[in-house]
Amino acid sequence: MRRHHDMGGLPAGPVEQSEHDYSPWEKRVDAILRLVSDDKRKLIIVDELRRAIENLGPGAYDELSYYERWISAISNILIEKGVLSIDELGRGMEKVKARWEAAQ
Amino acid sequence: MSPRFAIGDRVRVREAYPPGHVRTPYFIRGKTGEVIRLLGDLPNPEELAYGRDGKPVLPLYWVKFMQTELWNDYTGVDKDTAVVEVMENWLDPLDGDTR
Repeated sequence: MRRHHDMGGLPAGPVEQSEHDYSPWEKRVDAILRLVSDDKRKLIIVDELRRAIENLGPGAYDELSYYERWISAISNILIEKGVLSIDELGRGMEKVKARWEAAQ
Repeated sequence: MSPRFAIGDRVRVREAYPPGHVRTPYFIRGKTGEVIRLLGDLPNPEELAYGRDGKPVLPLYWVKFMQTELWNDYTGVDKDTAVVEVMENWLDPLDGDTR
């Protein structure tokens, strides 16, 4: 069986070649990965990130944007490793959402 | 680990479909190619992907494939090739190879 992400050679649409600016949250995701991967912490290496992105499954793999895939994969790895608990992460996400809604 | 293959060796990529993180792309599995460069020993990415140490290290090769070997419906010229990096655990010697 071909796994979903392993799509080399399949028909695809045109390549989107226009440059775009990264949103602040995308830069933050990039920074989070650098921090959890640095020499001091060594919590995630790139091979683990790839594995976790592949394991998001076909739906998420296609629907999420590049950095959404990253943060979903990073979260899953940190949960697996016991760095974050699901409860802690869920409550944190609620807080951020409430803060964002209050600012609208 | 001393490499099993040398430049010019004909090899066949294993036609295997294990679950989990695999770095050998689907489109070369079961295909025949030629070793064109040795890239040295590297930790096994199939192990690194699960947070393990990737030992024992494995030789990594550049393997050249004819595009016509990879794609039944290839419409480019016959001499077109594709080069893929493949870890040694995915390569078998080609039967009948006398080189």
